[in-house]
Amino acid sequence: MALDDSNKTRVFKVVGTRPDRPDGIDKVTGRARFGADMVAPGMLTGRILRSPHAHARILRIDASKAEALPGVKAVVTRADFGDVPDHVADIMENCMAGEKALYDGHAIAAVAAISPAVARQALRLIEVEYDVLPHVTDVDEAMKPDAPVLHEGRQQETVPPGMSQNVIARSEFGHGDIEAGLKQADRVLERTYRTAATHQGYIEPHACLATMSADGQGDLWVCTQGHYMVRNTCAAILGLEQGQLRVTASEIGGGFGGKTTVFLEPVALMLAKKSGRPVKMVMSRSEVLRATGPTSSTSIDVKIGMRKDGKITAAYAELRYQGGAWPGSPVNMGAMSGFAPYDLENVKTVGWDVVTNRPKAAAYRAPGAPMAAFAIESAIDELAKGFGLDPLAVRLMNGADEGTKSSYGPTYPAIGLKATLEAAHKHPHWTAPLGKNQGRGVACGFWFNFGGDTCVSLNVTPDGTVTVSEGNPDIGGSRASMTMMAAEELGIPYDQVRTIIADTGSLGQNEVTDGSRVTFAVGLATIEAARSAKREMCRRAAMIWGIDEQAVEWEDGAARPAGPNAGKFPPMTIKEIAAVASNTGGPIAGHHEVTAEGAGVSFATHMVDVEVDPDTGATKILRYTVFQDAGKAVHPSYVEGQFQGGAVQGIGWALNEEYIYGEDGILQNAGFLDYRIPVASDLPMIDTVILEIPNPGHPYGVRGVGETSIVPPLAAVANAVSEAAGVRMTQLPMSPPRVLAAIQAGG
Amino acid sequence: MSRIHVTTTINGDATEFLCEAEATLLDVLRDELGLTGTKEGCGTGDCGACSVTVDGRLVCSCLMLGAEAEGREITTIEGMATGERLHPLQKKFIEMAALQCGICTPGILVAAKSLLERNPDPSEEEVRYWLAGNLCRCTGYDKIIRAVMETAADMRRAS
Repeated sequence: MALDDSNKTRVFKVVGTRPDRPDGIDKVTGRARFGADMVAPGMLTGRILRSPHAHARILRIDASKAEALPGVKAVVTRADFGDVPDHVADIMENCMAGEKALYDGHAIAAVAAISPAVARQALRLIEVEYDVLPHVTDVDEAMKPDAPVLHEGRQQETVPPGMSQNVIARSEFGHGDIEAGLKQADRVLERTYRTAATHQGYIEPHACLATMSADGQGDLWVCTQGHYMVRNTCAAILGLEQGQLRVTASEIGGGFGGKTTVFLEPVALMLAKKSGRPVKMVMSRSEVLRATGPTSSTSIDVKIGMRKDGKITAAYAELRYQGGAWPGSPVNMGAMSGFAPYDLENVKTVGWDVVTNRPKAAAYRAPGAPMAAFAIESAIDELAKGFGLDPLAVRLMNGADEGTKSSYGPTYPAIGLKATLEAAHKHPHWTAPLGKNQGRGVACGFWFNFGGDTCVSLNVTPDGTVTVSEGNPDIGGSRASMTMMAAEELGIPYDQVRTIIADTGSLGQNEVTDGSRVTFAVGLATIEAARSAKREMCRRAAMIWGIDEQAVEWEDGAARPAGPNAGKFPPMTIKEIAAVASNTGGPIAGHHEVTAEGAGVSFATHMVDVEVDPDTGATKILRYTVFQDAGKAVHPSYVEGQFQGGAVQGIGWALNEEYIYGEDGILQNAGFLDYRIPVASDLPMIDTVILEIPNPGHPYGVRGVGETSIVPPLAAVANAVSEAAGVRMTQLPMSPPRVLAAIQAGG
Repeated sequence: MSRIHVTTTINGDATEFLCEAEATLLDVLRDELGLTGTKEGCGTGDCGACSVTVDGRLVCSCLMLGAEAEGREITTIEGMATGERLHPLQKKFIEMAALQCGICTPGILVAAKSLLERNPDPSEEEVRYWLAGNLCRCTGYDKIIRAVMETAADMRRAS
């Protein structure tokens, strides 16, 4: 649905204001119900037994002692699920191991018991005989021809012969002639960069409550980014009809992509089926870190040619991402996005998808993009500074614009990259003085954004207030945004609309909350649903007035006669029309079902000042400013919140966070003490500048904002630390020992 | 396994419960008493989502046994508002968008209230260090810190 021309000059009444969120009181009083907060009569506790080995053949599972323990009501292993359809086979294997345990923490068996204590005891009674196999957790090691192999026969035809079976796929993007471009350069920089695996780090562990009847009807309460996905996946795994499984999304305590797949849910349903009782499962924090989706660790080669005036003549990157124990790392999105901010004549990226003995990577906020941006934005910065050029000016000179053929194929419509760079350049932060051991870094970032399957149903109640039903869990204020867009379109106050998240029985298919899609796609469907209700209300008014419905228009929450021949009638408000709806044709509603397209790509530029302690290598973030295009900021406070939250997750990725595996392939830091996410005392305020370059694909110009904000910070922080420390940092995290070693080695 | 009888005060109400010797105060609050506003993010005292006060002292309820509540006064997030009147911190958190997903919010509010009771005029640095034990993954803390500072200023003006 295209941007309304009238919206380019439109004065919004609700959109752009900052009302209180409708779920606010529930969330500040403890009343909001999250995944682990639900109970059911007769409920059992479900627990999972996990592999203590990184790679092992499962020779035998004997659960007879556990089954005999008083209070144990069901034990489940992979054998209970039988064959599952191909499209969910890897997900099934991740939820419950079959022939092999493929990573430390891989689920082996599950129990349901009358109490947590009995469940824990039962797990200890399950005997598993393993044949421990050699393992590999490093991406470059896993690609070597003699590396331990996880799967035979999964390699795709894109991979040249002679490589390890762990190399699943090769992809390639770009255009032009790299070699010819490199010849035009005054300097060619080649560097290898590495990033550690990091976890989404949502504070709410995965949790669900399942019931399953003998007639094949199931109910599931779950914290997820997409309950329709949960329904479809669980139905496929358990051989249920989708319509027989009703899934209700709880409030969700963070996801960042990590709750876009299933882990516990099919197991909980199977335990509920076998026991005939409701089963609740809640992960511990160590289970979350050991066995749910982190993102890839990566190894990336970059080769960029630049003229001494700053013009990039050729840009090449080769990206190796391990995605854990099954195919599907986000390497393609890294390869597509890394050079997307630039207008390049000669550009090419090659991506390698690699499996290792680690938990399967799940989506993490702009999956694959932050690591690619770290490598590429670091290289561009080093080249620019090497020529004594302003790194923002170099980015502006090479920056993509409307009409640029992107590095991944499409030609851009109106985009906001240069607006973010120009805003950064004239911001006081850019010229503020720096002290000793301090440095300033900048970097750009890009994200595609997404639309997808979306349903919204909008109902006008008999008193003329409005309810909106949508199918995407509210992960950070989206109910407020939908309420605002419905109120805007209907011309009624914000408090006359209430938005709820409907269960899977109440709407058609909805894509998960991913791709920064909700404010864009659900917003678009909400606006269309409201328009549909407005048309119906105009028709009712026309009927009452006895005039043609084309002669009625909607303005400020009321139907009004329009045009010279419509007649003179006082406006009928939504309340007046609703009050007589039973006499004019029945209840009034609008709904819209769509596979939303035109999400509108998003760009950001980040600027950060750091101070590096030369004696310890510790980095302190002194100042941070985010410049990002939001298209149209529906609720500016929540847009700022997305900018700030993404920046800080990126700071954690840059400085602290990493999955640390021992030689034994066991995760060494499966807890928040040792997997250290940023805390309040690590940080300054995160300043934000919202740019609004309307998205041509949305009626109000909205673009998704949630993911782009994590793309630039890894590189921005690295560029700042490199300047402050006087040595180029090419590996994340830039933990104090690593920075200190680099300083001592003198570069 | 015999259970322990505990007599305590929770949010001003005299309360009795039976608990296993190994049950944490968090388990008791959530599973025995239905006070699920207190959240479990880690179970190891690292995230602060389970923050409550015990005789006015801020603690992680996952690190304290239920049996240790005997004779104490426990305050949880459910005790923060008075009827339908929100505490100024609760109101300010909504107004200033100091929450996104809301899972850390109860713990942060309990911790922030505890700070303002001790120090009605904290500096930004004092707020940041006081809340350093409460992890938030959504907000980057900016709006949380601002909301606490602004509430403190409002409360000083009102007193």
